[in-house]
Amino acid sequence: MSLSKLSEILNADRTRLLAEWVSYQNESGQVRGDLITERELTRESEQFFELLREALGRESSAELHRPGYKGVRDFLGELSRSRSRLGFTPSETALFILSMKRPVFGAVQRAFAGDAAGQAAALWMATELLDNLGLFTMETFMEAREEVIKGQQSDMLELSTPVVQLWDGIVALPLIGTLDSNRTSIVMETLLQVIVQTRSEIAIIDITGVPTVDTQVAQHLLKTVAAARLMGADCIISGIRPQIAQTMVHLQIDLGNVITKATMAEALRTAMHRSGFVVTRKSAGGLLHQK
Amino acid sequence: MDRIPILTMGQFLLVTIQVDMHDRLAMALQDDLTTRITTSRAKGVLIDISSLEIVDSFIGRMLGNISSMARVLGAEAVVVGMQPAVAITLVELGLSLDGVHTALDVEKGMQLLRRYIGAEFEESLSDVDDPEN
Repeated sequence: MSLSKLSEILNADRTRLLAEWVSYQNESGQVRGDLITERELTRESEQFFELLREALGRESSAELHRPGYKGVRDFLGELSRSRSRLGFTPSETALFILSMKRPVFGAVQRAFAGDAAGQAAALWMATELLDNLGLFTMETFMEAREEVIKGQQSDMLELSTPVVQLWDGIVALPLIGTLDSNRTSIVMETLLQVIVQTRSEIAIIDITGVPTVDTQVAQHLLKTVAAARLMGADCIISGIRPQIAQTMVHLQIDLGNVITKATMAEALRTAMHRSGFVVTRKSAGGLLHQK
Repeated sequence: MDRIPILTMGQFLLVTIQVDMHDRLAMALQDDLTTRITTSRAKGVLIDISSLEIVDSFIGRMLGNISSMARVLGAEAVVVGMQPAVAITLVELGLSLDGVHTALDVEKGMQLLRRYIGAEFEESLSDVDDPEN
């Protein structure tokens, strides 16, 4: 009993098999009518059926990594990736292959009517093949999901490290969330890039949004400051909350000769002073509301 | 052997590193620069490394050394235009070059040098003035 026999069976019963398969998929109630049209489903099923039939004619085992299955693999991979992106659930995606079992088993039964041994062998072959295909679908589906998650993670990292220009030659980097080594390198890169672009001589790193400062975080901050200094920009660390000041002293964290300020406003004042700007108030304010 | 050219601009020496530094080139630069500082009696040295894209610990240390040597010879050295990637590499190597002055570009480096030298000049003037008063 070889796969080519199975291929013959699929070939002989082609129209009926396809029709049954598509109708099973539709009947299962697991097909997302809102995400995929029936015509599209039929087309995909037909395409896959053809690819599978060709592959079975070429290959003698159900191991999907063999070269003969390349077309099947590519098609199925693309299918489950696109379904994962469209928002199909894992079982809805797996159904595409699994719903093929019943029609195929039916066709095998019809082909081996009266030959119990042959039927068992053919069924086993078909099961093995369809299970492999199902597993492959799931694997690709999960891979696609993980890719999405990874993409979102990196998006979040970039979103959470904006560098804003406060004044000519003064940029600020409001840090939110904990600083791990991964994040530090991104923060460092963005900051240095902006320093070059804006030709800023002073960078204010605001750590109001950093929940805790331990030796590790302090180490990362100092690294960033050192890198900025090497480029020719000075750093001011601001937004040090009272509790953080206390922990820093208790942990004997030494920020060296880095200027630190309690608030961003204070840091901006220092930065303006250092770059030679003078801010004067001309009237009592409230100007925004007056005409 | 290649050498890195050293330009004289008034009281300053300008070194622009435009090739990948290897160790012998760095040593040669160190030699040339110290000689030039003494012969030209320069007050400041500007090292532009904006084209330098790759550094190792040796080059990093050399930048620190040149700056210390210049100071010993009575000149201030400023390293300008370091690329972000280079800065990150040096920090990761643990070389934060604490004694070295830095600036974003040649223009700002020049300003910085003028400030240092101006300060020195005023200092020496007031030294002269003091005994008279």
